Amino acid sequence: MNSSAEINIEYVARLARLALTATEQAKLSQQLGDILHYVDKLKQVEVAGIEPMAHGSPVFNVWAADVVVAGLSVEEALRNAPEQRADSIVVPKVVE
Amino acid sequence: MLAAKSISASELMQAFVARTTAVEGRVHAFNSRDEVGALGLAAASDARRAAGQARGPLDGIPIGFKDVIAVEGQPLTASSKMLANFISPYDATVTTKLKAAGAIPWGRLNLDEFAMGSSTENSAFGATANPWDLTRVPGGSSGGSAAAVAAGEMPGALGSDTGGSIRQPAAFCGLVGLKPTYGLVSRYGLAAFASSLDQIGTLTRTVGDAAQLLQVVAGHDSRDSTSLSTVIPDYSAALQKKSRPWRIGVPKEFFGLGLDAEIGAAVQQALAFYRSAGAEITEVSLPLTAEYAIAVYYLIATAEASSNLARYDGIRYGHRTHSATDAISIYAQSRAEGFGEEVKRRIILGTHVLSSGYYDAYYLRAQKVRTLIRGEFMRVFQDCDVLLSPTTPTAAFKLGEKSSDPLAMYLNDIYTIGVNLAGLPGISLPCGFTAGGLPIGLQIIGQPFGEAEMLTIAHTYEQGHSWHTKYPNL
Repeated sequence: MNSSAEINIEYVARLARLALTATEQAKLSQQLGDILHYVDKLKQVEVAGIEPMAHGSPVFNVWAADVVVAGLSVEEALRNAPEQRADSIVVPKVVE
Repeated sequence: MLAAKSISASELMQAFVARTTAVEGRVHAFNSRDEVGALGLAAASDARRAAGQARGPLDGIPIGFKDVIAVEGQPLTASSKMLANFISPYDATVTTKLKAAGAIPWGRLNLDEFAMGSSTENSAFGATANPWDLTRVPGGSSGGSAAAVAAGEMPGALGSDTGGSIRQPAAFCGLVGLKPTYGLVSRYGLAAFASSLDQIGTLTRTVGDAAQLLQVVAGHDSRDSTSLSTVIPDYSAALQKKSRPWRIGVPKEFFGLGLDAEIGAAVQQALAFYRSAGAEITEVSLPLTAEYAIAVYYLIATAEASSNLARYDGIRYGHRTHSATDAISIYAQSRAEGFGEEVKRRIILGTHVLSSGYYDAYYLRAQKVRTLIRGEFMRVFQDCDVLLSPTTPTAAFKLGEKSSDPLAMYLNDIYTIGVNLAGLPGISLPCGFTAGGLPIGLQIIGQPFGEAEMLTIAHTYEQGHSWHTKYPNL
């Protein structure tokens, strides 16, 4: 396992699309360092040949019938949009 | 009482509205509530009953909702600024089922933001107080649900439990808190925190009430792909049966260092009660769970949270910043403004453990240890019907006591977290009070889909004691 000191908050925050102030970065570095130091103990467990467990119930490959069902109306779907115009969500220009 | 017509649903609703008005200023369990709507539904319930069309035992009963479970047309904030103005466009499956049973949705209940926390102090709308001692936390993350029931503002509430978020506040507030087997209750309409661990459950005053609520909300739902098709037994009827001399396992590691002496003594007395009732008590060992469950949990839960919360980008719904114009900055700035400190901490940790170069060492390894932890529980269950332990190592702590030390807060979940990792059902019920008058919780852990037996064993204890009849002085 990589050392806990290697967490690069600035890089991870960029991956997470989360703007952090310098104060937040400093605080998180210290706190997450403590937490990563704590979870380092998992290195002690022998896991060779053990399958990972994704969730708590033994169901796999659940399929749904390919049929059209009623969904939200446009009005309902847009009710929580922060900005909207002409039945659409307003977004910033992403193509120059 | 409603069926006997000794009180009407409207009178009952009015009584809970009045009680809420009287105590809510001190408790702060609600994020919002719709008194007019609730009274209207109560009147409709009375009309059904008068016409001989009552829908069953829950018709006319007010039930509170943790503010992460959708009720159409009502706010759903997750106690986050991110969703401060969000209105649910549809009902969660549990809501649909409760409405069909005639229950009255009563209020949106406070929580740690996005269910991340153990004290309800991480709410963007202020902390909730413990009705037994207003200077202490009600637990979390379903702290509003627990405080509201304990304060008499409603007879029962729904919560969600990802690492103990129903059982721990139930223990702190002197209630029955039921976390069902993963897959028994649909998660459709529950704002996701850690999808492989989240499960909706109940907070009530008695085991019988928990059984009745579970009866309504349990069952397969095609809109939740992790929901399982299983026969739902009659839980209330099961309470009256005593199947066989129970085999109760006691995980020795759950009584070790860090356990408050008063809590240990109360749980030992509960064990003595079961022994005298004919149960066979065996000491069992869960060494991997005791040593590694918290580490596994905080890797898996934060990884899943970082993925689930990526949807809050300020575009389709939720808070959008006014101080950015390009897309990436809108995402990053909206999230910076919308999320609180604990949520940011978990998103960063979760993103880190999933990132290239760390995934195998942290996330994948945690998933493998999770397999070992489930295996450890299943081995112990070959010789036991249920496991019994304290719910928490200490009683309710003071507001502010642990809020500056996230790791100390996480360690408080030590007895509850393994149950979520293994996908098992668990229940906390009151088993005494500390000398300082704070409730103590007894945890019973069942086998997968063993709710009926677990509830029966809990009910047997409750019938032999009177803790559940005590109310806080508010």
